[in-house]
Amino acid sequence: MFVRLVYESFRRQGRRKLLVTIAVTLGTAVATAMIGIATGIGDKISRELRTYGANLVVTPEEDSLDVEIGSVNLKPSSSGAYLDEAALPKIKGIFWSNNILSFTPELPVNVELGGDEITLVGTYFSKTLTYGTKEFRSGARTTFPWWKVNGDWPADDSGDVLVGERLGSRLALGPGSEITFDGQQHRVSGILSTGGAEDDQIVAPLGLAQALAGKPGAVRKIFVSAITKPEDAFALRNPDSLSPADRDRWYCSPYPQSIAYQLQEVIPHSHAQPIRQVEQNEGNVLSRIEGLMLLITIAALVTSALAVSSAMATAMFERRTEVGLMKALGAGRFSLSMIFIVESVLLACVGGVVGFAGGTLLAHLLGRAIFGSSIAVDPVLLPVVLAIAIGVTFGGSAVAIRRAVKYDPVLALRGEA
Amino acid sequence: MYLRMLLRAARLRKMQAASALTGVMVAAAAATAMLNIYVDVETKLRKEFRNFGANVVVEAAEGKSFSPETMASIRSTVGARGLAVPFAYTVARTDKDQPIVVAGTDLELAKKLNPWWSVSAWPNASGQALVGVRAAATLDNQSAFRVAHDGHLLHLRSAGTLRTGAGEDSRVYISLEDFRSWTGLDPSVVEIAASGSREEINTLLHQLHETVPAAVVRPVRQVTEGEANIVGKTRSTLLSSAAFIVLTAALCVLATLMGWVFDRRRDFAIMKALGASDLLIALFVSGEAALVAMVGAGMGFVLGIGIAAWIGRVNFHAPVVPRLSLLAPVLGGAVGITLISSLLPLRLLRRIQPAMILRGE
Repeated sequence: MFVRLVYESFRRQGRRKLLVTIAVTLGTAVATAMIGIATGIGDKISRELRTYGANLVVTPEEDSLDVEIGSVNLKPSSSGAYLDEAALPKIKGIFWSNNILSFTPELPVNVELGGDEITLVGTYFSKTLTYGTKEFRSGARTTFPWWKVNGDWPADDSGDVLVGERLGSRLALGPGSEITFDGQQHRVSGILSTGGAEDDQIVAPLGLAQALAGKPGAVRKIFVSAITKPEDAFALRNPDSLSPADRDRWYCSPYPQSIAYQLQEVIPHSHAQPIRQVEQNEGNVLSRIEGLMLLITIAALVTSALAVSSAMATAMFERRTEVGLMKALGAGRFSLSMIFIVESVLLACVGGVVGFAGGTLLAHLLGRAIFGSSIAVDPVLLPVVLAIAIGVTFGGSAVAIRRAVKYDPVLALRGEA
Repeated sequence: MYLRMLLRAARLRKMQAASALTGVMVAAAAATAMLNIYVDVETKLRKEFRNFGANVVVEAAEGKSFSPETMASIRSTVGARGLAVPFAYTVARTDKDQPIVVAGTDLELAKKLNPWWSVSAWPNASGQALVGVRAAATLDNQSAFRVAHDGHLLHLRSAGTLRTGAGEDSRVYISLEDFRSWTGLDPSVVEIAASGSREEINTLLHQLHETVPAAVVRPVRQVTEGEANIVGKTRSTLLSSAAFIVLTAALCVLATLMGWVFDRRRDFAIMKALGASDLLIALFVSGEAALVAMVGAGMGFVLGIGIAAWIGRVNFHAPVVPRLSLLAPVLGGAVGITLISSLLPLRLLRRIQPAMILRGE
C-alpha cells in the first residue's frame, strides 16, 4: 500500500515534481562542479606556475664562486667543479619523477667574437633522453617557456646556434646568417629573445659548448622545473634528524626540499636547492588562490542548499489539501510523514545522481576551456554528494511536512488554504 | 488602495512573504559577494605577484652608468607606482686573489624589492656587508675581510649571510655609499617592481624610455608573462564560479516566488470574480514582486559586501573594496527575476476559469 501510494504520487503529479527535481539536479550539479574545481584548482595552478621557469637548481658540491655580472660570465672554464651529463636521465628515476616537468643543463664558456669576449651557454633545447624503458624530451623549450625564437630552434646534436636579440642586432645577424667565433664558423638558426641575460649571449647545443670548453660530458648547472607543495615548517626540517616514520612522510611529500634531496641522491657530487625567487612566491600565490576557491565553494554549497530546500518547501506547501484528505481518511501522522519523507529522499537520489553526472561534466568542460586539461571529480565523492543532497532535501521539506501534517484536515478539505 | 492591498497581503501571509524575502536576500548577497570579489581579484593577485621582484629593468648603455641626477629622474618617473632600486656591480679580488662580484645597492630598498632573500642579518652601518652563502664559504674570516678593486682595498665586516639559490649567493652586497667611495662607480642597473595592469606597465616603459633614452628599458618577461597567465586563468575560473552561484541563487528565487503566487490562486480567482481585469492582477503581482525584490536586494547587497570584505580579509589579509556600482545590476537582476517568477504562474493561471479555482480544483 505504502509503495503504491508513493508510486502513484510520482505518476500523477509528475509535472509538479519536475520543478523540484530540476532544482535538486541543478543544485547538486553546481555543488559537484564547485567541489571538483576547489579540489583540482591547486594542481592546475601549480602547473600554470611552471611558466615562471625552474624552481630548483643543481650545482656541483665542490664549486668555486660564480663570477657573473648580467650577461657576462667571468669564471674561467678551468676553475670550479662540474656535474656529469650522463647522470641527467636519472632525474626521471627519483620518487617524484612524475612531478618533474622538465630540466635543462647549462654550461657557459667564453668565446672570442670580433675582438670581444662573449659568453656562450650550452644547453638542451628539446633533447630526447632515455631512462630505463622511458623515453622523454626535456630542455630549455619546456623549462623556460618565455624564451621566444625568431627563426628555428637548433637541433640538439647540430652545430647551429641561437644568438641573443641584442647581440644579434649589434652584429647585424639574423636567422640563417653565419657567425664565426673561436676560429669556427657556425650557422645561426634563429634569434633568441628572453628579456634576460641571454639576449646578450650565444645559446648553443650542449655538445658544442663542451667541445669549446674542452670538457666532454661536463655540465655546470642543472635547472629543474618541478610541481611542488608549498613549504611549511615540516618541510624545513633536516630529514636525517627525523624519526623513520616522519622521514618517510617528509620524503613522500613533494616539498621543494625533499625533491632537492632526491635530486642530490641521483646526481653524484651535487648540491640541489630551491630557487627562492620562484619557489617562495609560487607557494604564496598558490595558497592565496586555493584559499579563495575554498571560500567560494563554501558559498556555492550554502547557496545550492538554500535553493534546493526552498524549492522542496514550496512544493511541500502546495500539497496541504492532499495531506488533509489523507488525514481525514484515517492516516496517522507517522505514516503520513513517512510517505513524504520517502518521496523527498527518492527525489534527492534521482536528482543527486543526475546532478553529480552533470556537475562532473561541467567541471571537465570548465577545466578544458580554462586550463586545457580536464578537472576530474573523484567518483568517491558520489556518496558524499548524495548524502548532502538527501540531507538538504529532507531538511528543506521537514519543516513543511511537519506543518502540513499538523494541519487541521477540515480546513484543508474545505479548501481554505 | 493599491498600497494597502500590498501591505495587507504581506501581513496576512507573513511566513510566505518572509521566506520569499529571505530567498531574494540570499540570492542578492551571493551575487554581490561573487561579483565584488571578481572585480577586485585582479588587484589582489597583482599585489601578490609584486613579491616576485622586479618586472622592469633599466640598464645603462655599455660602459656607462647612472649619475645621481639620472637616478632621481628615474625614481620620480616610477613615482608611487613601484620601487626603483639601483645596483652597481664590479669584479674585485679577495685576499686569495680569487675573483668575486661585489654589488652596491640601497639595502633598505633591496629588502623591500626582494622579499624572498633569506637573510640572517642586514647590514646597518658603513663597512658592513651582506655576504652570499657561497661567497661566505670561500672567505677565511667573515668578520674581517678585504676586497681589492683597481688597487684600492676595502675592509669589510660581514653582518649576515644571504641565500637565494641564484647568482646572489656568490656575491657580496654593500651600501651604495661604501661602493661609490671605494670604486668611484655609479649604479648601472635599476630594478623596478611596478604594480599595474599590462597597459600601465607599457606606459611606464614608454615614460622610462623618454627619461633615459640612452638606456635599455625592458620588461622582465619571466615575471610579466607568468603573472598575466595566472591572473587570466584565475579570473576565468572565478567568473565561471560566479555564474554558477548566481544561477543557483536565481533558481532559489524562482522556486520560492512561483510557489507563493501559485499558492494564492484562490485570492486571484476571487479578485477576478469581483471584476478585476487580468492586467490589474498582473500589476498587483508585479508590484509585490518589485517590492520584495528591492527590499530583499537592498539587504542582500549589504550582506554581500560584508561577505566579500570578510573573504578578502581572511584570504588576502586586505579588505576587498566595496563596489557600490554593483548595486544597480544586482537590483536590476533581482527585480527582473522576481517579475519573471511572479508573472509566469499568472499566465498559467489566466487560462483557468475563476469558478474552477474557487470550487477548489
